[in-house]
Amino acid sequence: MEVKVVRRVLDANETMAQENRQMFAEKGVFVFNLMSSPGSGKTTLLVETLKRLDGEIPTAVIVGDICTTNDADRLATTGVEVVQINTDQFGGDCHLGAHVIRRACQDINLDAVDLLIVENVGNLVCPAEFDMGEDRRGVVLSVTEGEDKPVKYPLMFRVCDMAVLSKIDLLPHLDYDKDLAVKNIQTVNPNIPVFCLSTRTGEGFDAWMDWLKNAVAQKKKS
Amino acid sequence: MHEMGIAMQIVDIARSAIPKSIPNPRIESVNLKVGKLTAIVPESLRFCFTVVTKDTPLEGARLNIEELPVVALCEECAQQSTIENADFSCRKCKSGKLKILSGRELTVSSIELAEN
Repeated sequence: MEVKVVRRVLDANETMAQENRQMFAEKGVFVFNLMSSPGSGKTTLLVETLKRLDGEIPTAVIVGDICTTNDADRLATTGVEVVQINTDQFGGDCHLGAHVIRRACQDINLDAVDLLIVENVGNLVCPAEFDMGEDRRGVVLSVTEGEDKPVKYPLMFRVCDMAVLSKIDLLPHLDYDKDLAVKNIQTVNPNIPVFCLSTRTGEGFDAWMDWLKNAVAQKKKS
Repeated sequence: MHEMGIAMQIVDIARSAIPKSIPNPRIESVNLKVGKLTAIVPESLRFCFTVVTKDTPLEGARLNIEELPVVALCEECAQQSTIENADFSCRKCKSGKLKILSGRELTVSSIELAEN
């Protein structure tokens, strides 16, 4: 006897994500979920971003790692409110789920925040599947990773609204085909901007900053 | 990707779908739809399913996995394309403005109960 079910396995997370989305809309908070492999440069990018914002946009950050508060410590040097989630308490989760974000938000005064950045756990696979209620998603790919990463991890590049190709100051020391990397990103997702930049030298950084500020401003208007 | 957690969730969903009117229910199979874009490894999922169904009404049940292709609808020319090799452009007009129709599913579609 066949019993029809038709239930999505990740329903619970999706329901919580929609509740988060509703809450963030009510509080007027723009939420940006930043993802990448471990070591692509997410924290470094965010530290420089926050330094350059210099309080222009009231910001809080939630950062996820399996262990340590290293990233939160680095981000806190910029003066913004930072909440570190260590997923080893939840069994070493390799991504941040909507329920975890909800809990972390209890430690943040969302009324005083216009921009909430979530630095996800370094992982190109799982975070792509778990909506947390964010407005926009970004992925960082560094020039020390293969040019074909986007086609190897299509879902991640597909669900993101922008991509950063980081560490371009290293290009003179590498046999890296930057144009191929950008082409691969745009093969998987033709609609997203790709910001080639170096956090260390500042090359290309302004275009990413403009994108972020513009995205926050758009949400404030709506 | 999380095959163990997903297997556990599948068991919960399947168990909650068993009609209350059936005494001593035994599930023979669970039918799952998995889109090609989800990073699920069917073999791993089946293995985890075997582990988590032990000592439950699903013990011994088959996990039937139907893999769904990635299909997109072009918002420019209305052509439907099956996406392969992560090339997300319309087969007809090469536009990148695509709406994904299938490929991201992870759904328990039905369960098969043993006739007692």
